[in-house]
Amino acid sequence: MAQSMNMKWFYAAFGVLVVAGAAWIWSSRGGPGAVEVDAIPVTATSFPGWVLGSDSAPVEITEFADFECSACAQFSILTAPDVRKRLVATGRVRLRFRDFPIQGHLYSPIAHQAGACAGEQGKFWEMADLIFFHQTTWVREGRPNKSFEDYAKQLGLNMGQYQSCMKERRHAGDIEASRQAGLQLGVNSTPSFVIGGLLVVGALPYDSIARLVERAEARARK
Amino acid sequence: MTVALLSLVGFFISLYLWLWKVGIIGTIVCGDGGCETVQLSEYSSFLGVPVAFFGMLAYGALIGLSLLGLQPRWRERRSPTVGLVLVAGAGVLFTGYLTYLEAAVIHAWCRWCVASAVVIAVVFLVALSGLWALRREEAAAPEPPR
Repeated sequence: MAQSMNMKWFYAAFGVLVVAGAAWIWSSRGGPGAVEVDAIPVTATSFPGWVLGSDSAPVEITEFADFECSACAQFSILTAPDVRKRLVATGRVRLRFRDFPIQGHLYSPIAHQAGACAGEQGKFWEMADLIFFHQTTWVREGRPNKSFEDYAKQLGLNMGQYQSCMKERRHAGDIEASRQAGLQLGVNSTPSFVIGGLLVVGALPYDSIARLVERAEARARK
Repeated sequence: MTVALLSLVGFFISLYLWLWKVGIIGTIVCGDGGCETVQLSEYSSFLGVPVAFFGMLAYGALIGLSLLGLQPRWRERRSPTVGLVLVAGAGVLFTGYLTYLEAAVIHAWCRWCVASAVVIAVVFLVALSGLWALRREEAAAPEPPR
């Protein structure tokens, strides 16, 4: 008798778990932020990062950044335009962006995929600017994929190519290569910069970057 | 019973991770980007098959064996419990290897994977204690008359 009561409770609990689990899986399916992907293993490639500026620039600034990091957005909006105009456009600096999606940011992996897929069509920097500029919006709305598609359209990307790139996670290996490179250098927060061989952390103001560049230039002249 | 219920939980965790991997679930809810990192790493597939799929198979087998062991005809037999220990033991070894990869190679933690590791470890311990109890019962049973 006791055994049969136990079995009844067991089957009831089992049934409840089946229903709850199925409901959970069903409600997780798709979703507004969904990116449909094919199952592909990711192996870090030899991707060197996204480069802006002259190959012959004497100093290189490598930025390790995360698209969902607010300090990175702050740097991108407030400081990066100055860096590009006064240091990159003048041939003094070559800027290298390396993806460093950090843990704890739900949408970072998708954001970095979007940046890379735009980069595939020669629009990485433009996409990166849009992603950073509208960061609070797409994080708050929780529909990053939709937002990034809008930015891609705004940039005039070939949408078929962009969507297949996102679906296949075509650049996951490139992103992983940058993340691994950062880990090897000791990067553990974003933004982090390597300027003239020196690793500096935080959204530096333009003056600090300029000073570090001057120091690196002086060292390069010796 | 405990094994069946825990295995069902483990099955749904594996199913969730596998569905994400094949693109049916879009955004993995992790509270932490570690799940994406781990699931996108080269170690997330084994012999070309997502490791979560192997998890589903193992948990499915554990559910089947534990339900079988609850049937009156099989309740006194040792084979379902031995099967549970073997399958759960293999699961513990494989999960241990994956957990090592997360800690030492990938440097990222997937909470769902850790949850599954805890589930399979508990299932193994419960199955082992069930086997132990069966052996004790067998040892205590009176010898059949000769």
